Amino acid sequence: MREVSDTTRLHLRRRGLHLRHWGASLLLAVVLGTAAVAARGDLALDARLKALENELRCLVCQNQTLAESNAPLAEDLRKEVRELAVAGKSDDDIRAYLVARYGDFVLYKPPVKATTYALWFGPFVLLAAGIFVWIAVLRRRARMPGGETPDDTSDDGAAASRARALLGD
Amino acid sequence: MKWLRWSLPLAIFLVVLGFLFVGLFRDPREVPSPLIGKPAPAFSLAQLHRPEQTLTTQDMRGQVWLLNVWASWCVSCRVEHPLLVELAKANVVPVIGLAYKDKPEDGLAWLAANGDPYRLSIVDRDGRVGIDFGVYGVPETFVIDKGGVIRYKQIGPLTADALRQTILPLVRELQKS
Repeated sequence: MREVSDTTRLHLRRRGLHLRHWGASLLLAVVLGTAAVAARGDLALDARLKALENELRCLVCQNQTLAESNAPLAEDLRKEVRELAVAGKSDDDIRAYLVARYGDFVLYKPPVKATTYALWFGPFVLLAAGIFVWIAVLRRRARMPGGETPDDTSDDGAAASRARALLGD
Repeated sequence: MKWLRWSLPLAIFLVVLGFLFVGLFRDPREVPSPLIGKPAPAFSLAQLHRPEQTLTTQDMRGQVWLLNVWASWCVSCRVEHPLLVELAKANVVPVIGLAYKDKPEDGLAWLAANGDPYRLSIVDRDGRVGIDFGVYGVPETFVIDKGGVIRYKQIGPLTADALRQTILPLVRELQKS
């Protein structure tokens, strides 16, 4: 009787252990699962912030991006940017937030507006002007009598006669 | 058309030369603030000497004032400090000190050693108000008008010239309005 009850108790205890074991694994699975999801969320956020910080300028060291710089201000700004991102702000919101405080200078890619037209379109204007001059020069050369490079042949002639004079000497 | 051959390149060269020459006298560290002409950011910060009391942007409404961003760890703040002390003696305009990313005890010790030119000082321990003001180096000084609008920003230490030629005339003009 006693033995029976003992084994029953043992059995029950084992089952309890079993159940507890199950519960523990379930809990562990849930915890790990959420951690993994959170970590993946963090990774996505990290990647997004990294990309964003790479196009923002550190104002203290000027030629470094916010991502690269170790300046205390860059650290603060990275923290601020992260907090804004976690609060659900878009990249554009974050850029606007920084531009409102530090001006367009924080952006490595300046916005297209009246004051930056020369910056954005100036090179193309110069390129067009260069092509124009080039074409004009080619046309004039083509119109010249006596082949493509009259100057060169006359130079050659002079050089040749000088060489002949030297050789004949 | 013949004269274009030499005068056009010369003209372009002179223009480039002009730009480069002007560039020689400009400081790339001075980034113009987009906050000029905009209302000063709202803040509410604990005072350095009376931490239980705060100062807000609203408290300064109705007077022209200077906000001087400084820190005990800032070397060039020592350069401009005597000027601020002198300015305080002249009593022309109230100067509020913003102790930027500084331990209150360090700030207090620094003011005790170097003289305290400030009407009062406020503590921006984590530099957040500094970010709102677009501060990217210490010292910086803002001129704020009666309506709470930022009118001027001095980047780097104040100089006697900057005070005499720019800041004080601006302050007087703003005080009249």
